[in-house]
Amino acid sequence: MAAEGMFAAGAGVAGGTVAGGAAGAVPRFYLTREHHPENGTLFGFWLYLMSDCLVFACLFATYAVLGRSYAGGPTGGELFNLPLVAVNTSLLLLSSITYGFAMLEVQRGRLRATLVWLGITGLLGAGFIGIELTEFTHLIHEGAGPQRSAFLSSFFTLVGTHGLHVTFGIVWLITLMVQSAKHGLIPENRRRLMCLSMFWHFLDVVWIGVFTFVYLMGVLP
Amino acid sequence: MSNLLGRLDWNAIPFHELILLYTFIAVSLGGVAILAAITYYRAWGPLWRDWITSIDHKKIGIMYIILGVVMLLRGFSDALMMRAQQALSFGNSPGYLPPHHYDQVFTAHGVIMIFFVAMPLVTGLMNFVVPLQIGARDVAFPFLNNFSFWMTTFGAGLVMMSLFVGEFARTGWLAYPPLSGIAYSPDVGVDYYIWALQIAGVGTLLSGINLIATIVKMRAPGMTLMKMPVFTWTALCTNVLIVAAFPVLTAVLAMLSLDRYAGTSFFTNELGGNPMMYVNLIWIWGHPEVYILILPAFGVFSEVVATFCGKRLFGYASMVYATVVITILSYLVWLHHFFTMGSGASVNSFFGITTMIISIPTGAKIFNWLFTMYRGRIRFEVPMMWTLGFMITFVIGGMTGVLLAVPPADFALHNSLFLVAHFHNVIIGGVLFGMMAGITYWFPKAFGFKLDPFWGKCSFWFWLVGFWFAFMPLYVLGLMGVTRRLSHFDDPSLRIWFLIAAFGAVLIFLGILSFLIQLYVSFRNRESLRDTTGDPWDGRTLEWSTSSPPPAYNFAFTPVVRDNDTWDDMKKNGYVRPQSGFVPIHMPKNTGAGFVLAALSAVVGFALIWHMWLLACVGFAGLLISIVVHTFNYKRDFHIPAEEVGRVEDIRTRMLVGSHV
Repeated sequence: MAAEGMFAAGAGVAGGTVAGGAAGAVPRFYLTREHHPENGTLFGFWLYLMSDCLVFACLFATYAVLGRSYAGGPTGGELFNLPLVAVNTSLLLLSSITYGFAMLEVQRGRLRATLVWLGITGLLGAGFIGIELTEFTHLIHEGAGPQRSAFLSSFFTLVGTHGLHVTFGIVWLITLMVQSAKHGLIPENRRRLMCLSMFWHFLDVVWIGVFTFVYLMGVLP
Repeated sequence: MSNLLGRLDWNAIPFHELILLYTFIAVSLGGVAILAAITYYRAWGPLWRDWITSIDHKKIGIMYIILGVVMLLRGFSDALMMRAQQALSFGNSPGYLPPHHYDQVFTAHGVIMIFFVAMPLVTGLMNFVVPLQIGARDVAFPFLNNFSFWMTTFGAGLVMMSLFVGEFARTGWLAYPPLSGIAYSPDVGVDYYIWALQIAGVGTLLSGINLIATIVKMRAPGMTLMKMPVFTWTALCTNVLIVAAFPVLTAVLAMLSLDRYAGTSFFTNELGGNPMMYVNLIWIWGHPEVYILILPAFGVFSEVVATFCGKRLFGYASMVYATVVITILSYLVWLHHFFTMGSGASVNSFFGITTMIISIPTGAKIFNWLFTMYRGRIRFEVPMMWTLGFMITFVIGGMTGVLLAVPPADFALHNSLFLVAHFHNVIIGGVLFGMMAGITYWFPKAFGFKLDPFWGKCSFWFWLVGFWFAFMPLYVLGLMGVTRRLSHFDDPSLRIWFLIAAFGAVLIFLGILSFLIQLYVSFRNRESLRDTTGDPWDGRTLEWSTSSPPPAYNFAFTPVVRDNDTWDDMKKNGYVRPQSGFVPIHMPKNTGAGFVLAALSAVVGFALIWHMWLLACVGFAGLLISIVVHTFNYKRDFHIPAEEVGRVEDIRTRMLVGSHV
């Protein structure tokens, strides 16, 4: 607030005296107090998310090109177990909601409730990863591993990259839970929780793309 | 033991290649001499405290440029070797480089010149200049900046290591599959390529995010977007391109590594893979990449022209719009790199036309610089000479580019030396000349003394004339149908052109030598070249309002901006430098975390290249743990006390008084 006030004062003085060389007050060329530019972390993190989004865009594009190159191997319609994926999807969507609850508690400044909701979020995320790994193991045992065809290469890479992101998200979540428990909901920790929040919701959005584009459209004839 | 070392054994050390052995001995002796000198002068402590762990954007910018210049020497040695081989290897003479070595040389030359010369020079210049031009104390994420630099440097380190341990890729600089796949390149060359670029790529991406956030969030009060200096505008557009393009490189290289390491079939000939998918993706990164390099050079020329003509830049708004249009169009042209893919007339026409359209905003820029010079008081200082050399050379390169954009012409000229001549024409004539202009222009700001103009002019003329001698023959050869990347020729009538090109390369060598002499002579004569005013060129933008070199905090008081050419406005309208009333300044602390994380990444990369799985796992775990541990450090900043600011500013006051006597 103070910084913005100073900014207004500085600009006001500057705007009021556009010099024409004529007599009068010399315009203000600098602030006399320390300037505090707005923190750029959330914006920077959003930029990172957009760059990550492009990584996924490439994997989606590759899947779009190679997703029907079965090389005589199994197709999506034969492999995908939609009820299991539905459970998986609900776990992840639910975890986004619980993360939202955690952020509401952060706003209220309640540390214990925040930690509880974060813990639930982490468990839901772990459940998602568990089911995904089960699915992957099952596919590989059936002889439908990533080496079988270009379709399966792109499938495993797209879904696996998402799963890897969720895994790192969980590691990050645990780190932030420890840090919040240790230092409380100080501004740094609030900012970090906000970044992870964006990350978590972003992964949710990507998963909706995966669910629709890979699984639902994959079982179409 | 063999498991621990993966594929690494004594066969990987090229004892039998005399050229490499001598290079290795020379590099080792040089390295030992440098390490001994550092130890002798007890410089390890200061080196670690003031440079390696520094998060000061100015020092990081300088380190980037040092990296770029060092790697230029390596990349140019490769160029000289190729020119010599092609001049010698005719008829019965096989030349002196065996094909497998020659193929590594041209691959390394391209990779090094783009990723580890041009990119560090561009990023270094942006890092140094942008915060000063927008009146900021540092970049938005100073720690990340240090980390980015070290990632780039360790990536370069891996490429250098491939010279003596194992080998480099023999695929050409973009490593097209299926050649770069495991079936045709089973050894470590492509793996060095992949991991060097992945590690450096993370650095580049993070530095892109960092500079965008800096420019968007940290401009001095009053500096609206349309009051930003043109260099900052081009830096903004370049970093937008970096953030929008480098993830594609990351993704496509990740898929190539899966093909090589995990046996997937993205780009293989078998099991439904599609190599053209790789070619498309890598050029979706690759074409924006050339604009990532050229836009900041355009920014440099804009600053230089305005300063050395003593005029406001002609057509500021059109310059900004041209930059933005080029930024957008650079995404819509990637397919012109492979018209011969066979995508059909309509697709080829689309990409041919978008390519030609890019010449319109670029032409507008050329006219803006010309009109700035028109009726200006032109001072032919060295940066201005580079700018003039650029304008003449680059226009020719642009025109051959438009020729290549015509799909039927491209069918005849693609993969020929005509193409090689074209892109060297724009990269040397544009990027390299721009970086030389920028280095000469901002050198006094960085170090407090100007570069010696005589050796600067020598360097300029050798580079300019050398460029024309080296590359015009390649246009001729390309039109005659000579394809690129050949290590031997049968037709003796071609030889004269290769001899002329080799002569040109020798002239360029003299240009580089002159530059190095210039650095030495300027350092020796630094007292007579001293810049005590902070404004040696009668500059127009904010960086010239502070001392040379600037204090750690850049500006004692944050400037308030009223005009595009802020410093010019301040000088003309009665700005008086404040000499009292200083306040404590909030600054970020140095940290060694960036260096450690980047070093661990390089260890993981090296382990993956040599299939040392245990080391890779341990290194990766170490990396992850170090990142988490680093986040537990909450004490990342401090205040420079007002007295300290006052003391630094008093020194400047005395210098200014001295310079006016």
